[in-house]
Amino acid sequence: MNVKPFISLCFVNIWLGAAAMAQGFAGLGGDAEGFALPQRGYVFDFPADHGPHPEFRIEWWYLTANLRDADGVAYGLQWTLFRSALEPVERPGWDSPQLWLAHAAVTTPTGHHVAERRARGGIGQAGVKAAPFEAWIDDWHMQGPSLDKLALRASGTDFSYQMQLEAKGPLVLHGDGGYSQKSASGRASYYYSQPFFDIAGTLTLPQGDIAVTGHAWMDREWASQPLGASQVSWDWFSMAFDGGDRLMGFTLRDTEGGAYTAATWIDTEGGATAFADGAFRAEPLATSTVAGRQIPTLWRAQLPEKGVDVTVEALNADAWMATSIPYWEGPVTIRGSHAGRGYLEMTGY
Amino acid sequence: MTRPGLMALMSHWRRNPWQLATLIAGLALATALWCGVQAINAEARASYQRASDILASGDLEQMRKRDGTTISTDEYVSLRRMGWQVSPVLEGNFTVGGQTVRMIGIEPMTMPRPVGFENTENTIEDASRLRVHPDDLAIFANIDVEVQGDAGRSPGTALGDISTVQQVLEAPDQITRLIVDPIQPVGLPPLPDQYVVEGRTGQNDVARLTRSFHLNLTAFGLLSFAVGLFIVYGAVGLAFEQRRGVFRTLRAMGMPLRQLMILLALELGVFALVAGGLGVALGYFIAAALLPDVAATLRGLYGADISGHLRLRPSWWLSGLGMALAGTGVAAVAALIKLARMPLLSFNHPRAMSMHALASGRWLAGVAMLLLAAGVVMSIWGQGLIAGFSLLACLLLGAAFCLPLFLALTLEGAGRLSKGVLAQWFWADSRQQLPGLSMALMALLLAMAANIGVSTMVSSFRLTFTGYLDQRLSSELYLRLATPQEANVIVADLAARGVTVLPIMSVDARIAGLPAEIYGLRDDATYRENWPVLHSVPDVWDRLAAGEGALINEQLARRNDLHPGDMLATGDRILGVYSDYGNSEGQVIIAEAAFSQRYPQKQATHFGLRTNDPVGLAADLRARYGLTGEALIDQKQLKAFSLSVFERTFSVTSALNLLTLSVAGLAILISLLTLATLRLPQLAPVWALGLTRRHLAFLEVLRALCLALVTGIFAIPLGLALAWVLLAVVNVEAFGWQLPMFLFPAEYLQLGALTLLAALLAAVWPAIRLARTPPDKLLRVFSNER
Repeated sequence: MNVKPFISLCFVNIWLGAAAMAQGFAGLGGDAEGFALPQRGYVFDFPADHGPHPEFRIEWWYLTANLRDADGVAYGLQWTLFRSALEPVERPGWDSPQLWLAHAAVTTPTGHHVAERRARGGIGQAGVKAAPFEAWIDDWHMQGPSLDKLALRASGTDFSYQMQLEAKGPLVLHGDGGYSQKSASGRASYYYSQPFFDIAGTLTLPQGDIAVTGHAWMDREWASQPLGASQVSWDWFSMAFDGGDRLMGFTLRDTEGGAYTAATWIDTEGGATAFADGAFRAEPLATSTVAGRQIPTLWRAQLPEKGVDVTVEALNADAWMATSIPYWEGPVTIRGSHAGRGYLEMTGY
Repeated sequence: MTRPGLMALMSHWRRNPWQLATLIAGLALATALWCGVQAINAEARASYQRASDILASGDLEQMRKRDGTTISTDEYVSLRRMGWQVSPVLEGNFTVGGQTVRMIGIEPMTMPRPVGFENTENTIEDASRLRVHPDDLAIFANIDVEVQGDAGRSPGTALGDISTVQQVLEAPDQITRLIVDPIQPVGLPPLPDQYVVEGRTGQNDVARLTRSFHLNLTAFGLLSFAVGLFIVYGAVGLAFEQRRGVFRTLRAMGMPLRQLMILLALELGVFALVAGGLGVALGYFIAAALLPDVAATLRGLYGADISGHLRLRPSWWLSGLGMALAGTGVAAVAALIKLARMPLLSFNHPRAMSMHALASGRWLAGVAMLLLAAGVVMSIWGQGLIAGFSLLACLLLGAAFCLPLFLALTLEGAGRLSKGVLAQWFWADSRQQLPGLSMALMALLLAMAANIGVSTMVSSFRLTFTGYLDQRLSSELYLRLATPQEANVIVADLAARGVTVLPIMSVDARIAGLPAEIYGLRDDATYRENWPVLHSVPDVWDRLAAGEGALINEQLARRNDLHPGDMLATGDRILGVYSDYGNSEGQVIIAEAAFSQRYPQKQATHFGLRTNDPVGLAADLRARYGLTGEALIDQKQLKAFSLSVFERTFSVTSALNLLTLSVAGLAILISLLTLATLRLPQLAPVWALGLTRRHLAFLEVLRALCLALVTGIFAIPLGLALAWVLLAVVNVEAFGWQLPMFLFPAEYLQLGALTLLAALLAAVWPAIRLARTPPDKLLRVFSNER
């Protein structure tokens, strides 16, 4: 889930100032600042790795869901918790250098509701525990006996939701066993997903309570500086096809107009095939004016090696996340060689 | 043709540098005036705004523990985990070697956005550094925290991240209060019983008054804009008039009309930009000089973090340039239309000869009547601030347009009454000059009316404000405690020391369906001497103390048409009515004994303290009981500070008054200088009949004074009407209460004298020039006679 580093870095940027940001991009090794870097060949240790890694600069727990109510109306839902570290340690109390930021959203065919929460670590206002799993900030939470069975809650000024999630498949490691390369020069993050959640619950919207069911996709990613300085924007796709296969693909674009892409094909059993730069392609077909910007809300996405050639269209073009770092994120409908539903995230527009 | 054309046009200015100078100076001064008012207003408002944002976190609600104890980290986190969007603040005093710094710790992550650190450039890392005034750096020399000197901070206060402040105060795990974010999620569970949310704090009574004051200052900005616009219009129009001959010659030599018009527009555009730029710079200096340090005063006043520097706000310097351009543009359009219609070879009619004062005056008066009618319609049926300001605009413009007719009729009347050839010629000649002077006189009228209106408004405001402060803040210290238990201990201690303690007890009530407060008042000389009672029965204080009735505020009395002697819905007889400006709610005061009997559950936690040594007592109480922030307020100091802020703003307005008058004087000067050359053909025959040049010059000055006097007489009712609209219409529309209007005849006389002085100064130079006109120039008039 490649968009998030950007968001998270921006988040750090806001609080640290441009100087620290530049430092972060320039200090490629990161040793100078003491943050850890992802290593190829790392063997994940679950459930411990579901918890936070304070020695890395940024990390997130990112859940998106495609939902339908009893009448078949489509909805989208987002629940995201970001961790951002000023120093590669955790200290208890008010002096903690760990900062937390969370976004929640509900997208309907005609509306988009967004909320944001901020917290500092160390005092218990926000955090993540691996087992039993608990991720929380204020009154929002994602928690359960394990990552396979979760309760989810968030609230904003004009909406809230309560959901139950149950994983129907295994965790999926992206890239090289979870080592996900983000640029030709080798920047990377640790990245795994749980794309097989069944989800059910209640959306509380201004028009009333709505019972919904669907499927959800959770991303876990952490890194210290996964992106190159010239990488300015990117587009991330998660697709759940009607046949049960799934596809994750992203395009990172740089200031010169070049692009770095990567993808993971996930079969119905959870078997993952990673595709290197260039295999996955996505091109915008049409844009919408959202929040005064031109946002591509209709895409053509291709992964020829798997015979994928689809159009990806936003359920609601106005899925703008008007948070401290604004971006576009919303549910999409997939047609073409494969049909299905998914989520699209776009930043840098 | 462009080059010679441009040279011909420019040659006029080269031959008449004084006219160029006055045009530029007039434009620049008008712009400066507008800019200065804008700057002062914007800066003062921004200061108040910031003050109220950060002090007690102003308009935001605060949450505290009901029992007055501090809030623990766990309690804060559990509130957050319930969904309550609150942000912690720790306050306390840090003392080293007898020096005390008031520490404020905040939590930037959860701070509601408009509060605290102004923008996100300030980072958590920044916040971890304690910000203190450079003078206080030494106090923190031996403390293990990063300290950053910040000249913008108020001396004796320090702001930093809550973790840093907890460390310095050695108060880990302590939170004084929570700021309640105005944005809360849906489905929020009820607040646990041990917490209480407090509304806006005491500053708001003052805030209401300051808001009203700034609205009025805004009105003054608009007035100076109008004055400036008239002056620009007059100056540019007259410059066009003077160059009719040049235009005609250029046209006759074959310059296309289009090209000529473009050249002229360009020329004026350059003037407007130059003069506008000068004006903005001048305005900045005016503002910087007149606003020596309102922000610094506010800093001391509220202990709030305000930068004390005047900033070049785009809003006002852009508006200044815009006004210079717009004013020139309006003037140019009228002149260019005239130019386009001018027959190619028409005779060069100077305007002073060709127009009849009464005719043009009648036409303008017609427009004025329409405007005034619109104003009347607005005042009867209009609602809201827009209507108030529109009424103001209609009144001003209408009155200004009436002026030429009024002057013409006055002069005609004077001419009929006067005896003797010379006197009759004097009045007739004055009337002849009216069209050329009317623009400048209108500017003078507006300037003077604005001055009368604004000084009436400001002085009325000041009287009201000081009265209000005396009434409300008559005790030296105000004590605001969390619990009656705490109060008992401290009050006993104070009583033992011989300090007069005046409990302030109140309950919310509804009277005649509207919210009101009922106060219990201790019988004390403090109130007997200070309370501003408007109407009352005899021996009102004795009867109040005996529990025979109640005092009510003016608002309640007006709303329900109540008078002393009437019965109140609470069963009390009304003993008196007192003024209570700034308050929108009804208020009832009964004796302390009656209050305690009626509301036995109410125990006083707020007190006024009378003492001869407020500073010492405050320091002692703070040290002994750890009272911080709003718990103990030195109101005498607060009052003195508030008054000094207002005094400064008052001096600002009087300085601006002087400036508007000088601008208007300049307009008269320009007009007279312009007319002087045009009028030679009219003066030459009078001179030939035997009047000396000196005598003629004397008459010129006399005429200017007469016109200014008549204009000034006309300006007084207009100014008073203006003040009335500001105080009784605009203020009521904005705030729902009326400021009383006081009259200050001495000030008006002084203003009148200043106006005459301005007219005199403006007329002297043209008169001297006339007195020194070589006789041959006068003679030549006859040889050139058309």
